[in-house]
Amino acid sequence: MSEPMLRLEGVFTNIAQYHILRGVDLEVPRGRVSMLLGRNGVGKTTTLRTVIGHWRAHGGRITLDGQDITAMPTPAIARAGVGFVPEDMGIFADLTVEENMVLAAVSGPIDSARLDWVFSAFPPLKTFWKSAAGNLSGGQKQMLSIARAMIEKRRLYLIDEPTKGLAPAIVATMARALRELKADGASILLVEQNFAVAKALGDTASVMDDGRVVWSGAMAELGRDADLQERLMGLSMEAR
Amino acid sequence: MTQAPDHAPKMARASLAHRVAPWLPLALVPVLAVLGLAAIPSLSSWLTLTISGLAMGMMIFIMASGLTLVFGLMDVINFGHGAFVSVGAFVGVTVLLMLGPMTGAPSLALNLAALLVAVIGAMLATGLMGWAFERAIVRPVYGHHLKQILVTMGGLIVAEQLIIVLWGPEEIYIARPEALKGAITFAGAALEKYRLVAVAVGLAVFLAMRLVLRRTRIGLIVRAGVQNGEMVQALGYRLRLVFVGVFMAGSALAGLGGVMWGLYQEVITAQMGNQAMILIFIVVIIGGLGSVEGCFIGALLVGLLQNYVAFLEPKAALISNIGLMVAILMWRPMGMIPVVKAK
Repeated sequence: MSEPMLRLEGVFTNIAQYHILRGVDLEVPRGRVSMLLGRNGVGKTTTLRTVIGHWRAHGGRITLDGQDITAMPTPAIARAGVGFVPEDMGIFADLTVEENMVLAAVSGPIDSARLDWVFSAFPPLKTFWKSAAGNLSGGQKQMLSIARAMIEKRRLYLIDEPTKGLAPAIVATMARALRELKADGASILLVEQNFAVAKALGDTASVMDDGRVVWSGAMAELGRDADLQERLMGLSMEAR
Repeated sequence: MTQAPDHAPKMARASLAHRVAPWLPLALVPVLAVLGLAAIPSLSSWLTLTISGLAMGMMIFIMASGLTLVFGLMDVINFGHGAFVSVGAFVGVTVLLMLGPMTGAPSLALNLAALLVAVIGAMLATGLMGWAFERAIVRPVYGHHLKQILVTMGGLIVAEQLIIVLWGPEEIYIARPEALKGAITFAGAALEKYRLVAVAVGLAVFLAMRLVLRRTRIGLIVRAGVQNGEMVQALGYRLRLVFVGVFMAGSALAGLGGVMWGLYQEVITAQMGNQAMILIFIVVIIGGLGSVEGCFIGALLVGLLQNYVAFLEPKAALISNIGLMVAILMWRPMGMIPVVKAK
């Protein structure tokens, strides 16, 4: 079996006096969409922020395609090929959509073919290209946030709750874009609360509880087993 | 999943109030000038005071522009910023004194060349000082506001004492270059030549800063970093290097402002930077932390208001800028053009 794109081995992260991650073991297979699931406050966002280097791991090891990135600074991790879409979207509100995208193209001018591909996934961004990003609707801001990560080819995408609070039409647009991203060969670690979206997109799944991964396996297996969902996440996902 | 219809946005025209709101602060400068014209009985006096106010405002902007970016980008409260103003003034004046034959010649070209050399010397010295200040004093206290206030204030005191050691404790009186002395008469008003130069230099600095911030990638990184530094790093930019560059540039601009301010007042002291900090903080706060445009407008308002009020009611001049700050913060609590979110 080939080396996973991302591997976390016994990762601990403390924030102030709180022990948030307590030995996370996680793998993101190459070219697959891996869902990171669990109730609120179990450490999903902290896991993503630890991988990108916003929080420093106090123990354990994180490898990207075999390379140890545990102690690397955030910019170096990003330049190693990790795209990050935070839960709060992290858009630069006072910059235009164009400026947000130009800034995201770290290696140089935007590739026009790639930009056309992004526009095909998120047409509103073309419409509002010269508008201040702060004037976009919530869904459009989320599109921009993902588009910014997509504008250059990355090895791994860390995406935190991209469908949170969005209308069904925009959720469908997001799902299509993420499928295209996967078809482009990317590996994706996706935190998602919408179980229907998770079932539709995920190849594998890891469920967290109390700062640890308590279950890993095929998303299809988790999607089929209502008892397992009930046991791991405390509510019947089939009811959603 | 259920297939949903495509998301098809439409451009909606914003209301007039919404479109005008961002430009309102810009209108304050001409509004204040018109109010001044209504209150001051003589047109020539008004013109003299307006040029004087604009010159003062431009110099405050030059000194404050670096601080607002440091505030916005690095979330650093640098009470030591005034040290760069003082050091810049002393280095610049020392260079000007060394170039005595050039400053004493009745040639505008030679005088401006001497001024340029002095400004470059001051900016180089304060830029390097800024680098050392960031490394030794600011870097250990990133993220700790109280410590920042204490150590940067300490840095200011040390810098003032070093100036006294190097240049002596006495204030130094300086004469402006020969061709920049005196005034020209326009529409019956006496306009000091040096103030016109100060207006031109301030405008050039503002336009250059806007050009860099709006038209270059480094400017884009700085503007984005002011809003969300963490995300800029997640895109792959080494923001720490940008921090250092901005700190050095801000220090160099304070040095430039120090030279201009020293020549404006025709006397320099080790405490001049510290004294200027009150006005500098006022324009940074009313402009909106991190906003160069806000800082520019705020500085012009402070300069104009101080000159008008000093003419109309001298005793009120001392409190006019505090009153301006209170009024603007009641209107816009985050400053006129807020860039940085409350932290």
